[in-house]
Amino acid sequence: MNTNILQIKDPILSIHDLSVAYDKNVAVKNVSVGIKKNNVTAIMGPSGCGKSTLLRALNRMHELYENITTSGSVLLNDEDIFKMSPIKLRRKTGMVFQRPNPFPTMSIYDNVIAGYKLNGISQTKQERDEIVERSLRDVALWDEVKDSLTKKGTFLSGGQQQRLCIARALAFNPEIILLDEPTSALDPVATSKIEDLLIKLKENYTIIMVTHNMSQAARISDYSLFMYLGELVEYGKTKNMFTNPQDRRTEEYLTGKFG
Amino acid sequence: MKSVSGIDNVGIRTKKDRIFLGLVVLLSVVTVSPIILIIFKLIAKGYKQLSFGFLVEKMPDTMQAMTAVANNELIPGGIANAILGTLLMVVLASVIAIPVGIITGVYLYENQGKWMANLTRNVSDILQGVPSIVLGLISYMWVVKHVTMGFSALAGSVSLAIMMLPMIVRSTEETLKMIPQTLKEAGLALGIPYWRVLFGILIPTGFSGLMTGILLAVSRVIGETAPLMLTALGSSVINTNISKPTSAIPLVIWEFYNDPNMVDLIWSSSLLLMIIVLVFNLTAKQIASRRK
Repeated sequence: MNTNILQIKDPILSIHDLSVAYDKNVAVKNVSVGIKKNNVTAIMGPSGCGKSTLLRALNRMHELYENITTSGSVLLNDEDIFKMSPIKLRRKTGMVFQRPNPFPTMSIYDNVIAGYKLNGISQTKQERDEIVERSLRDVALWDEVKDSLTKKGTFLSGGQQQRLCIARALAFNPEIILLDEPTSALDPVATSKIEDLLIKLKENYTIIMVTHNMSQAARISDYSLFMYLGELVEYGKTKNMFTNPQDRRTEEYLTGKFG
Repeated sequence: MKSVSGIDNVGIRTKKDRIFLGLVVLLSVVTVSPIILIIFKLIAKGYKQLSFGFLVEKMPDTMQAMTAVANNELIPGGIANAILGTLLMVVLASVIAIPVGIITGVYLYENQGKWMANLTRNVSDILQGVPSIVLGLISYMWVVKHVTMGFSALAGSVSLAIMMLPMIVRSTEETLKMIPQTLKEAGLALGIPYWRVLFGILIPTGFSGLMTGILLAVSRVIGETAPLMLTALGSSVINTNISKPTSAIPLVIWEFYNDPNMVDLIWSSSLLLMIIVLVFNLTAKQIASRRK
């Protein structure tokens, strides 16, 4: 047992022995870790270390590509995600991508409600309005866009688009939000807005975020995973890891010797 | 001091430059001139016949035309039978080709690099190169002989649909390839089933690309004559029954050409056909440029 891996009591998500391979290249090697509910967990590490690959395994995004194989198990509230239907799993886990990607043909309103509409869930206009307003308020976008809900989502600024994408992911009330370097395409002001937002959102959601930005991980995460060459090197409270890293590789990365 | 030979001969270089520029301009003019001459000729010889009646009246018979020509009058009647026939067959061909073409394009897009998809793509490309008269023959064998038991609009539509297919397949695949992968992933990440992601997100996003492909395919088959001769045959009356022989604009042009009394009508009919094709082409261009 690796002593640098913190054990979490009653995790919302527990990953056991998870490996992911592209053809024969193993990108994530036997990762076992528990994720604490209502906290921000950052996955960090140098490029190519398997951070995004690990994140994308959690909502079974890899199944879109035939050359990717996944093994191990992941329990979401004690239910094996590889045994439930991917559609059900993905409604419980929202995902936000590197670049803002609102659906270009849809209005702001339709973007937020897209998950319901395209799933064919019938709702009254009032129910829809409520979901849209709640989701947009959650991402602090409501006041900015409430008068232009029928405008295309792509008319917003990059930072607003990314918040719209987070709102779209929140609309289904997921248990976990997966973010894949959500601020890497944004300017510092938009980035800090998203960071504030994530700190607020953890009251109601569990957040797992990939980032290559160490200071971002230090600013907003409660727990951090450090990955290197597909392996989970260290996992612990962010505060402890940044002040007193256990593994030499973590220390070298955090002090800027590589990465 | 003696300079390197030739380097000071700016005069000769400038001349060479001018000659080359002149050549480029000349060849560009050569490229554009046929279309200008065609349009000019069609307008000059065809505009007199073009009237409201030309669009809504059916084809005159030989006697009417002969009398008119003898009296130095405009030939009466129009080509409504051909216009309606073209409309009927192109719409029917689109109804057949668009769904099949789009679904095949989606299949190719989703299965990049797999041998079945590669085979399908290659066969579709070959289909694009098959001479249209051969497609007419195929439709004759399938539809005329076995389905409608005689020349029919349906048989014509089938041959046109086969011509449209490869163009729609290709444009669908290319359009979908240009849509960012994360859009599809974002849809699936919301727990939306694949087919709804396809029809709710991907196809609307690529709509203008698909539309461009469809319009270009239509504008190409609208002027097809050879396959229709073997399938739709032609008709001098207005026909809306898809199992009966039907006229089309290119077919009447061929008929007018063969009838010395009606030969004057080929200009106005060609002008009309040209206008329709141009409208489709320019609309397709407009949509394609708006996308960017």
